[in-house]
Amino acid sequence: MVTDTQNPPIEENRFFSPQVRFVLTTVAIILVAVWLSRQFNELIRWPQEWVIPVKDWVTAYFYWLSHDLDFGLFKFRDITRGFSWLLSWPLYWSEVFLYRGWSGLGTLLPIPWPAALIGVGLIGHCIAGWRLSLFCMACTLYLVVFGLWEDAMRTFSLVAVAVPFSASIGLMLGVASTRNAKAESVLKVIFDFMQATPHMAYLGPIVIFFGFGQVPAMMAMVIFSMPIMARCTILGLRTVPASVIEAATMSGCTQRQLLWKVQIPAAQNTLMVGLNQVIMQTLAMAVIASLVGASGLGQKLLFSLQQLRIGTATEQGIAIVFLAIVLDRISQAAANRPPGRRVPHLFWQRHIHVILFAIAFVVFVALAQVSPALSVFPKSLTLTFGPGIDEGVKWFSLHFYPYVKPVRDWVTVAILLNVRLFYLVLPWIVTLSVLGYLSWRLGGWRLFVMNLALSSFVLLSGFWKPAMMTLYIVNIAVIISACIGISVGIWSAHNPRVAKIALTICDTLQTFPSFIYLIPVVMIFKVGDLSNIVAILAFATVPSIRYTYLGLSNIAPNTLDAATVSGCTRWQKLRKVELPIAMPEIMLGVNQTVLMSLFMTTITALIGSRDLGQEILKALPGADTGRGLLAGLSIAFIGIITDRLIHAWAKKRKASMGMSDD
Amino acid sequence: MRFLKSVLVSVLSAGLVLFSAGVHVATAAESKDPIKIVINNWSSQLVLANVVGQILESQGYNVEYVPSDSQLQFTAIANGDMHYQVEVWEGSMAENFEKAEMTGGLVDAGTHNAVTREDWWYPSYMNERCPGLPDWKALNKCAEMFSVAETAPKGRFVGPPADWGKHFSERIAALGMDFEEIPVGQAATLWSELQAAYDRKEPVVLFNWTPNYIEAKFDGQFVDFPEYAKACHEDKSWGMNPNALYDCGAAKKGWLKKAIWKGVKDKWPKAWKILHNVDFNNAQIAAAASYVDVEGLNEKEAAQEWVKSNKSVWSKWVN
Repeated sequence: MVTDTQNPPIEENRFFSPQVRFVLTTVAIILVAVWLSRQFNELIRWPQEWVIPVKDWVTAYFYWLSHDLDFGLFKFRDITRGFSWLLSWPLYWSEVFLYRGWSGLGTLLPIPWPAALIGVGLIGHCIAGWRLSLFCMACTLYLVVFGLWEDAMRTFSLVAVAVPFSASIGLMLGVASTRNAKAESVLKVIFDFMQATPHMAYLGPIVIFFGFGQVPAMMAMVIFSMPIMARCTILGLRTVPASVIEAATMSGCTQRQLLWKVQIPAAQNTLMVGLNQVIMQTLAMAVIASLVGASGLGQKLLFSLQQLRIGTATEQGIAIVFLAIVLDRISQAAANRPPGRRVPHLFWQRHIHVILFAIAFVVFVALAQVSPALSVFPKSLTLTFGPGIDEGVKWFSLHFYPYVKPVRDWVTVAILLNVRLFYLVLPWIVTLSVLGYLSWRLGGWRLFVMNLALSSFVLLSGFWKPAMMTLYIVNIAVIISACIGISVGIWSAHNPRVAKIALTICDTLQTFPSFIYLIPVVMIFKVGDLSNIVAILAFATVPSIRYTYLGLSNIAPNTLDAATVSGCTRWQKLRKVELPIAMPEIMLGVNQTVLMSLFMTTITALIGSRDLGQEILKALPGADTGRGLLAGLSIAFIGIITDRLIHAWAKKRKASMGMSDD
Repeated sequence: MRFLKSVLVSVLSAGLVLFSAGVHVATAAESKDPIKIVINNWSSQLVLANVVGQILESQGYNVEYVPSDSQLQFTAIANGDMHYQVEVWEGSMAENFEKAEMTGGLVDAGTHNAVTREDWWYPSYMNERCPGLPDWKALNKCAEMFSVAETAPKGRFVGPPADWGKHFSERIAALGMDFEEIPVGQAATLWSELQAAYDRKEPVVLFNWTPNYIEAKFDGQFVDFPEYAKACHEDKSWGMNPNALYDCGAAKKGWLKKAIWKGVKDKWPKAWKILHNVDFNNAQIAAAASYVDVEGLNEKEAAQEWVKSNKSVWSKWVN
């Protein structure tokens, strides 16, 4: 840097504003790093011989755990198998009840669909009245008339066991954390990594330990949804006012009573939010879990896609969305139920819903013995809109392709190939130095050490090249998603009608299985990086929209009024007042967009790619646990580094604007 | 919570009351545990697995269908998590199949009459546009016709997922072809490429195999490469390129085998025999798959149809 050594450092600031100094230092660091990499080839590409074979160690370790670890009387494998045997019982009974029926001593039919329909309606009515009741029944009816009942029940039987299981483990871990600071700090780090690791990376170890089928699929669901419950528990218990706890302690509560009678009831609402999130995450796993043998809607959906029956797949995807919406609405309504409702005195009044359901159940089970149409909806009566969608996609691919092709070719050749080349030739020393400097500037030495440690791990374990390919895809996808998302977010914040439409689309996009839109994307954009990016966009734009909308709608109205009064035009108001105030939220949205894009690379790997997502996908069939798990961790590391950088930046920014954090 | 509990209790008690005595008559005196048959995600396999399952059920066995990935299944069979796979393909599964066979848990249950082929494939409308096809040299002359923006001027070959172990990039290099392999991540992506190109009558050459449902839906042919020999994959000096492996096509008549868990022998001795006897030929497999792909039945109904109309075939397996 050019500085006049005669002047004291304080004078220097007059010539260079902090921003300029920052840019100059960055440029200087890049130049030094590039110069260094020219001297030593090892600083450009990490030599293959220097790669630490961590992934082979991990694979060998998992193999040893699952095959050879022997405690004398029994093997480690027997423990995991025993555990999955134990879990298979509740699952077995929920399957018997929902779709399997039972033929042991006699024949027991599964719940007939009309009884289930009435049951869902009664639950809806019991919790939130007629509107919810009718809504839930309509969604359930969809499953019936589109002939998806049995598959939906297969999926639901998994969810029905996984959710209570996951919620109770999460609750226990959450409670443990609030009691023990050490446990909390350890669990927090573990949860961070668990939530940043793509779902698919878990599947390898699960197969090794638990084998294939419904139970391992359920384990995958539990593992993925449990951290949220734990987090909500910690949050909920922490927010119970100290005075309440004091009062309870003074009146002589034991620790157990304190937890069950005071803290948990007081934190009920947050806990219900956790439960709701557990349900949503579990259903989000429905398709991915079918890769390790879950039968049901997810498996049928993947099969339809193999047949290119996009319409059928869409019907199945909508069924998953409906299951999710019904469970979501019911659990949300349960969470928002006003406390202290009047309880009727008479027994039959108090239990009217249960009694009605029991009657419906008995009646329809009896009728189903006579008329099989009540246990299996006749195929001749089912509806379908699949062929219409298939035709639509075909029409679109025929008529739009001539317009899309030139754009596709230009974007690919002029932009994508060049950016990709840039990421591939970029020496690792340059990437690491810039990352290190940024981390140090934003978060001090702690962030510096952490980020460098995480990124060096990716380098040393030999995942640098796929990691750079991931960065390339994700980077472009994030830029586009953020532009679209922030614009739509701004528009929504200023127009309630747009907001309503945009948020509904966001909800749908989030629960609709992303596997489905890969097919039309490939038909129009062909296999290639652009297809990957387009498929990521559909999913990753959602958080940018949500957070921008949230940030802008949370601005205090008097701030806006003040701006209007002082004569701002709408454009000035947006640029000088609204966006700067909402910037921290918007950046958190971008942060979520980054995480979503990283997750989506494991799914777009199905299109064809050369990134970390592909590594995970490739590791799955060969039971190459180390490769899949470490590639998953590498994705988690990229996510965590970005997350910490953005948080550090948002904190700095909030502090500089005089807003307190939290 | 209390509400849910009471629902559960009343439902269970109501269920228990409603027993009706429809006792299932079993003929086999062997284990009542279900025999777990692997199902994958393509139609011929699904139907055949259901056919085998229904035949076993007709003999009094309990059967369960377990979905699985086409590569992971072999580890699972060797471990006894799954018991039987009706379609093991030479071209894409031989490696993992043989690996699992070495552990001793998985046993080769014999070869089907059907033969398989897995190689480069193109739709028939390309015959006019690129004269000389299906010869690979003619294909190579038309390479530019098959190019896309990112491979131009080289042709694009849409290849199978990278982990299928096909060595196509090596073949391209060994034969000095002007093509670039763009691998996909799953079979469905291959079919979307094919469907889109077929609708638009665009040039396309991609990975395909037979028997599968694609033949019923699309008209096309395999590219003829230099004849396959085992030495081609092991001996560099073999073939037209003396310095490279893989300078040949895939086997035109690859085997299709069955895989079984070794424990079946003691647990269900009669089923062990039946499962070894199972034997399909190409026409039967194509017919089974077309019930699903052409007539739109689900795999269960398709298998019922097949079992009904091929009684003479499978009655020989069970006796």
